[in-house]
Amino acid sequence: MKNNPLLRVMNLKKRFGEKEVLKGVSFNVKEGETKVIIGPSGTGKSTLLACINQLVNPDEGEVWLKDELITQAKDMNKIRQRIGFVFQDFGLFNHLTALKNVMIGLTKVKKLDKNVAREKALEQLRKVGLEREADLYPAQLSGGQKQRVGIARALAMEPEIILFDEPTSALDPELIGEVLYVMKDLAESGMTMLVVTHEMGFARSVSDEIIFMENGYIVEQGSPEKLFKNPENERTRQFLNKLSELYGEGD
Amino acid sequence: MGLGLAIALPLSFGQVYGGKVFKAFVIVYERIFRSIPELVILFLIFYGFPRAGIRFSPFTAVILGLGIRSAAYQSQIFRGAIESISATQMRAARSLGMTKFQGFRYVVLPQAFRIALPPWANEFTIVLKDSSLAYALGVTELLRQGGYIISTSYEPMLIYLTIAAIYFVITFAVNRSLKKLEEFFSVPGFELKESIR
Repeated sequence: MKNNPLLRVMNLKKRFGEKEVLKGVSFNVKEGETKVIIGPSGTGKSTLLACINQLVNPDEGEVWLKDELITQAKDMNKIRQRIGFVFQDFGLFNHLTALKNVMIGLTKVKKLDKNVAREKALEQLRKVGLEREADLYPAQLSGGQKQRVGIARALAMEPEIILFDEPTSALDPELIGEVLYVMKDLAESGMTMLVVTHEMGFARSVSDEIIFMENGYIVEQGSPEKLFKNPENERTRQFLNKLSELYGEGD
Repeated sequence: MGLGLAIALPLSFGQVYGGKVFKAFVIVYERIFRSIPELVILFLIFYGFPRAGIRFSPFTAVILGLGIRSAAYQSQIFRGAIESISATQMRAARSLGMTKFQGFRYVVLPQAFRIALPPWANEFTIVLKDSSLAYALGVTELLRQGGYIISTSYEPMLIYLTIAAIYFVITFAVNRSLKKLEEFFSVPGFELKESIR
């Protein structure tokens, strides 16, 4: 099951004006795998995700989804349907109820019948435990609920991979758990996930592999055990130590 | 008002999404028409265009004059409303596979519309009342009609009060129905205090 790479990123580069944010990043994500990207702020992690689904166009390099070179895709809108995206600040459509947020991609993009879309959307809301909140508007939901709707919305499109851009960074500490729980569930159900996060507990317990990025480069990548217990690179060690001190997760 | 809306919508879209040249054009357009009194605009159109060989009836001149000035104000209202919708909304729409147009149509526009409605209602009543300036070009609008009646009835105050009352009723009715429209489209999170931010 976990063999052929679903996503291949090759030598990706991006600069904004003078600042080179990505300096040549390459990695693979296999089907069913959960890969976590960690690293200090401003090292290009979010830009990397945005470059993968072409919300930001990379300057150089290739991104392959299965056997399609999507950096040169003719119809990127079609490709984006296959890549879910979960935003740090949720990105829920504020004028629509939770249910309609999940439905809109199905009705407007996939052109499904309204009733079919409603059923599918309800099913996804049920999965993230928000069936009862279906008719509430984003302004009526807590941060954790909003992000769970965001995940349901991405899931409803039945994507091949979901990209998470710091999904819990805008949440109060007590709301982080419910979102991580949903993500953990998802990972265990075999969804392919690429997650940018600062949640070391999640990285450690859920991910198959961790990528440590700094200054636009991948410094080190490997299994959670290896990175946490036995990092090759001095910077990785420093960064993880600092986080462990902060959150008391060293054991 | 209709003409103003018809000009204003493309202007505001262009100002948000358009190229540099178009944006510059909109800025110049707005500066000019927001800086000239309505009455002067009316005279310029009515007496100016015939010199270039284009002749308007007074009525058409008034429609044009009110329309192009209101367009300048309305495009500001819409531009502000569109720009108040955070960029993440469009990014989220695109991430689902929507085209830029779909994202605008289904995500940005419905939200911008709700934010623009109250100031737009305000502009509507201003244009409605400014239609009395058509008097100056000899159009038989409410005020002139009143003048005719006064000349035969010799009851100026009664007639002027009646005209005032008619304007009041029309404006009041329009405002009320727009308010109803606002309530109809109201969504939690889009109350006025939210849109001021």
